[in-house]
Amino acid sequence: MYIDPHAHMISRTTDDYEAMARNGVVAVIEPAFWIGQARTNVGSYKDYLSHILGFERFRAGQFGVRHYCCVGLNSKEANNEALAEAVMAILPQFATKEGVVAIGEIGYDEQTALEDKYFRLQLDLARELELPVMIHTPHRDKKRGASRSIDVIIEHKLDPSRVVIDHVNEETIKEVKDRGFWAAFSIYPHSKMTAERMAALVTSFGPEQLIVDSACDWGVSDPLSVPKTAKLMAKQGVPEAAVKLVTYTNALTVYGKSGQMAETDWLSPPAIDQRTLYQGNTVLRGGQTPRVGQPDS
Amino acid sequence: MIVSQDAAVQISKAEALLHDWLSRRLSSEALAWLDQQIKLLETGQRPQQLAIAIGLAPRKVGKADLDLTAAELQAAHDVRPGLDPGGWSVDQAARILLVLASAGANRDAFAESLERVFAAAEIGEQIALLRGLPLLPEPERLMPYAAEGVRSAMQPIFEAVAHRNPYPRERFSEAQWNQMVVKTLFIGSRLSPIQGLDDRRNADLAQMLVDYAAERRAAGRPISPELWRCVAPFARDDEVAALSKILLSGTQAERSGAALALHECPVPSAKAALRPHANLVSAIEAGRLSWNSIS
Repeated sequence: MYIDPHAHMISRTTDDYEAMARNGVVAVIEPAFWIGQARTNVGSYKDYLSHILGFERFRAGQFGVRHYCCVGLNSKEANNEALAEAVMAILPQFATKEGVVAIGEIGYDEQTALEDKYFRLQLDLARELELPVMIHTPHRDKKRGASRSIDVIIEHKLDPSRVVIDHVNEETIKEVKDRGFWAAFSIYPHSKMTAERMAALVTSFGPEQLIVDSACDWGVSDPLSVPKTAKLMAKQGVPEAAVKLVTYTNALTVYGKSGQMAETDWLSPPAIDQRTLYQGNTVLRGGQTPRVGQPDS
Repeated sequence: MIVSQDAAVQISKAEALLHDWLSRRLSSEALAWLDQQIKLLETGQRPQQLAIAIGLAPRKVGKADLDLTAAELQAAHDVRPGLDPGGWSVDQAARILLVLASAGANRDAFAESLERVFAAAEIGEQIALLRGLPLLPEPERLMPYAAEGVRSAMQPIFEAVAHRNPYPRERFSEAQWNQMVVKTLFIGSRLSPIQGLDDRRNADLAQMLVDYAAERRAAGRPISPELWRCVAPFARDDEVAALSKILLSGTQAERSGAALALHECPVPSAKAALRPHANLVSAIEAGRLSWNSIS
């Protein structure tokens, strides 16, 4: 069993869901982010959050994959102040919905003053609602951006054991780990982290606090990154227990702190969910057609 | 606008019903939370309170099946004829109770609050709210929610309106009704849990279903035996001929559906088509074979 704790499933196909289920991915976490281009008004943001909490969650369930999400205002769109203000006003009502396991992904992109303002406000919201946090570290000026994110999180009195710093690499892993945070690695075919480098990091830093994800989205990315990385690590001699920690248990431990995600969700779902919202793996493997309505229905 | 006396009485009866079921099933801690939320909602001072309470309900009361006794189901029917909470869960009952608690004071404020809740409702919330529609006041104002529910591509949301719910039979126009019935088959769902299915049969629906059956046949896809239930009273010789073929070559369920339809069909050729199938006819006449028993 694997968990992919960072996957933008809204832009993936049914083939991806089938492949993920077939390869042992039992749960995914969909962090709220931008959608490749900037939204211009709060209405489309609201519908996006409803979508990842609603239809996407349902769609995943039809393929035997449990779907959770993080809600938040991403750093790119935080630079549109009017939009950002309006999104902040609707975030609390979405943050308390079923299946929301964290505030995220939030953090810095260009590290502007507006990004900083809304990052801090959302850290306060996470503290108030007792939710874990998923941090997006910037792709440009990553090292200083990651350090700054950590400083601000500590300044806002969040417990590092409830915060995941994502898109970590060789340059940032040490600080993230030493300061008590979870370090997540997005395994990408052409950028970010590769499976080979990941295996080496697990060997040298140990599996504690490390998390593997695919961050698959609308770009060139691989929804099977987690199972593929697990297999590669096993082949390179990383012990089975360590592989399980970085591809399953660690993600469950930190996001489970929300009270909204537990192993029983996929191992023994409540009867009402089993009947309406989740077709267990075994059912789909039996050849049942997913129950998603046709577009013209 | 202030809620009328009759509506107020109906709301409090429904609240008492749900509260009674929940008080027998919830821990004292969960019940205390629920009672506290009800109090907050009855005062109606905080506009966001309903959304918050509905959001938190499953984590406070759990998601077990409500699993009502026969007496409790009868009580449901006594309070609201047609109410069928047989498949409800504890959190759904709690969410409906919370909505009722907020419906007491002012109708317009309630309508606004309900609109806000629906606009941001996730799947579980939508299912609960739609299942609770028959208990809410001013059913004519609820139409947009029911209509949107049957437009959903999420089958459990569609079924929350279409199945075991008296709202469509009581309120849907013929066009809405027909769309709902055809969509039920189209998405592979069951017709038998729809309330009022026989009463609301009509010639237009029969024609839509006959056309749909032809489309399925042309594509080499199976036709649900339930389809013929809404065609039977309007079937003509062409449909009788199609049903006669099914009687000879269909699966057991398909043959059962064809026999039930022919048995109900007023056209003389239907009787003739059934003659060689005395075993099916006697099963129907003895009540062993009915629309509810075919799958």
